[in-house]
Amino acid sequence: MTPLIEVEDLRISFPTAKGSFDAVRGVSFTLGREKLGIVGESGSGKSLTGRALMRLLTPAAQLSAKRLAFDGQDLLQATPRDLRRIRGRRISLVLQDPKYALNPVMTVGEQIGEAFRTHHRVSRAEARAKTLAMLEAVRIRNPVRVHDLYPHEVSGGMGQRIMIAMMLIPEPDLLIADEPTSALDVTVQMQVLAILDDLVTQRGMGLIFISHDLNLVASFCDRILVMYAGRIVEECRASELHAATHPYTRGLLASLPRIEESRAELAVLTRDPAWLTA
Amino acid sequence: MTDTDWRARLLSDTPASRRQARLGQAYRGWLQFQRNRLALLGLGIVLALVLLAALAPLVAPHDPYAQNLARRLLAPSATHWLGTDEFGRDVLSRLLYGARITLMIVVLVALIAAPIGLIVGTASGYLGGAVDAVLMRITDIFLAFPSLILALAFVAALGPGIENAIIAIALTSWPPYARIARAETLTIRNSDYIAVARIQGASTPRILFGHVMPLCTSSLIVRVTLDMAGIILTAAGLGFLGLGAQPPMAEWGAMVSSGRRYILDQWWVATIPGLAIFIVSLGFNLLGDGLRDVLDPRKS
Amino acid sequence: MIALPGLRAAREAAQLSVQLGITLLGLLAVTFFIGRVVPIDPVLAVVGDQAPRDVYEAVRIELGLDRPVWVQFGLYVQKILSGDFGTSLVTNRAVAEDIIRVFPATLELATLATFIGVLLGVPMGIAGAVWQDRWPDQLVRVLGLVGYSVPIFWLGIIGLLVFYGILGWVAGPGRLGVFFEDVVPTITGVILIDAAIAGEWEVFWNAVSHVVLPSAVLGYFSVAYIARMTRSFMLDQLAQEYVVTARAKGLSEARIIWVHALRNVAVPLITVVALSYARLLEGAVLTETVFAWPGLGRYLTTALLAADMNAVLGSTIVVGAVFVGLNMISDVLYRLMDPRAR
Repeated sequence: MTPLIEVEDLRISFPTAKGSFDAVRGVSFTLGREKLGIVGESGSGKSLTGRALMRLLTPAAQLSAKRLAFDGQDLLQATPRDLRRIRGRRISLVLQDPKYALNPVMTVGEQIGEAFRTHHRVSRAEARAKTLAMLEAVRIRNPVRVHDLYPHEVSGGMGQRIMIAMMLIPEPDLLIADEPTSALDVTVQMQVLAILDDLVTQRGMGLIFISHDLNLVASFCDRILVMYAGRIVEECRASELHAATHPYTRGLLASLPRIEESRAELAVLTRDPAWLTA
Repeated sequence: MTDTDWRARLLSDTPASRRQARLGQAYRGWLQFQRNRLALLGLGIVLALVLLAALAPLVAPHDPYAQNLARRLLAPSATHWLGTDEFGRDVLSRLLYGARITLMIVVLVALIAAPIGLIVGTASGYLGGAVDAVLMRITDIFLAFPSLILALAFVAALGPGIENAIIAIALTSWPPYARIARAETLTIRNSDYIAVARIQGASTPRILFGHVMPLCTSSLIVRVTLDMAGIILTAAGLGFLGLGAQPPMAEWGAMVSSGRRYILDQWWVATIPGLAIFIVSLGFNLLGDGLRDVLDPRKS
Repeated sequence: MIALPGLRAAREAAQLSVQLGITLLGLLAVTFFIGRVVPIDPVLAVVGDQAPRDVYEAVRIELGLDRPVWVQFGLYVQKILSGDFGTSLVTNRAVAEDIIRVFPATLELATLATFIGVLLGVPMGIAGAVWQDRWPDQLVRVLGLVGYSVPIFWLGIIGLLVFYGILGWVAGPGRLGVFFEDVVPTITGVILIDAAIAGEWEVFWNAVSHVVLPSAVLGYFSVAYIARMTRSFMLDQLAQEYVVTARAKGLSEARIIWVHALRNVAVPLITVVALSYARLLEGAVLTETVFAWPGLGRYLTTALLAADMNAVLGSTIVVGAVFVGLNMISDVLYRLMDPRAR
């Protein structure tokens, strides 16, 4: 069975005044219908990797790879038309902050309906029905009322659920979630994640969950990739995280406080400059 | 000291004195500025204007006021590079003397309007309360008028003439400066070093003049330079309507107006002064844009 | 207290009206002040300098000049609000009458110019933003720069030289050929409309050939300004996160630009268009002089040169009021159009 995603030696660089900056330096992995977490700090290149899979980088970015394929289809050679058919319909992207990621002058219902009608020829009434059904699926209690609200009129948690609804309505095979809960309160985070988990499992989708929160990713995903300075430094199953080998991962694990322990001081992560060139 | 020594001193990260730090900052600003070729062009135009205006009596080939009705409306030639006007006066010489008038208007308006705006704006922002409300209402009212119309109304009251035109334009130009100064003042009003100065017993005027106003200067300089093009156009407009410099003064707007009658056959009389207005205006706009990129990068 | 939407709107409307009132009052204060600065004695202007003392005094009292300044101002405001702008020295008619007669011509120019500005300026601005740093963008920037630097009266003169003098494509100065004057009954004051209503097509086309050049010259400034602002707004929008979302949904670039981004651009753009209209009123003063266009601008300048203070101040008040009104309208429109501001 073809893996959903095949990435081999992905490289992304940006031209700067002082030469080329390599943001992603040779990332390779495959993904099946599973939940993959990509963890890293700011600047590790995790978000760029996620967006590169949908070819959504800014024009300034230079992207190259030995292989970049979705369900067997080569994404590097794909025409803009091909890409538009894939985006939304086969792969979807959920961004971090619904306040900015939704169009402020369109109602949320309109935006969700648009996501569906872009890929399916249906009437407005049908799209509206589908939208309301989707809003219910993300556990929004009053879909009819919410349908006509504007993005600034909904809370953060509801906004993220709307984003999820919008991105899942065309029934894609893969969802990339780029820090989907980082802008939310902790209590709301759990709710949104539960909904995400449910939907992804129900539909048998693949999920790439990008985050800086190692704990969160470990509890949620099947497999984990740890990125540092544009490279993958660790790849393991979530259940085997405690057995991680790379010093960076070990450092991250050590600096997380645990409620049952009695350390007097938290460990500070020491970065080995060798990791930058390894 | 050699060139490289000077550069090293100016660009050093550890200046030894305040003067060295200031010079270094100015030099860095200059380096950034001169990378922008259009801005350099603007600077060149403005410098050329200043130079030609200053040297007009020496450079002008003829007397700008000397009439010669036998030689009126001549096409550009070797003796009269830009031809002659309807009174036989050399257009080039009048153009050069017109540069003096243009420069004078621009400088005087800036010298009158900027301080007024600065004082009103800083006082309004710093003192707040009723003073702020009243001053800002007045500023808003002035901003509510289109500037040319207001200038026209003032000139109507005061009578035509170049001094009145300058006053009129200055009276319509100060409101934006007041706004800028007030905005800047509001941001620094509550900062610590102002509080320290107050604790040390500095009086309000001293704080305003010594601390607040110097900080507004860079944004004001940018704005004033950008406004100069508009001032030139307004002054030329007034001159065109006959309300600015009076004949026989060689003001560019007035020259366009008097040459208008002959536009179809002797196009140079009206076209060339207008071209001069355009070029000088353009120069100030380019210069202002370049200054803004260096001094106020967040706004570009 | 529950803020009902209707109540809030009413409160905001009241606030806006008060602001409008204060600004207009301030406007009148400025014109009143200007009127007082005039070095001519207004009494002498009425009675002449040979009049005996008691006549002079009588007229002085009649004009209210013996009362304190603020009373005079109050009387002045009263007069203006009742529509009495005084009599024009030049035309000997009520200034208010004159203004009603000439204003439509200026509105005609300003409206046509704004039309051109939006029709050409918005697509150009969008093109400049979408193809940033390529030739459409350079064109917009050059046009904008020239628009901010070129004297409008000179552009008008050059236009006349080229399109009327050399090419003969359009008619010369004036609003209508001499033969066609007074042929069409005045309904709106705008000859194009009146001629169309009356079915007088020869008059219509003559009017068109006269209005093309002045509205094109004014229109150029409108295009330069609107294109520049549209480009700036569009660039802002295209850098927003919701554009990434839209692309991620698989929307075409065209839909992203014309539906998503443009709806966001439209909000501040309305303000820009209103402002542009107001600035055109200013430009009209000079354009009307160049093209001998019988509008408010020319009325104002004629009055200026004759020191006809009533006419000058009356025109200034009208232009100022329109300016303020347009600013206020654009404010209201902004609030109506942006769902976040409601």
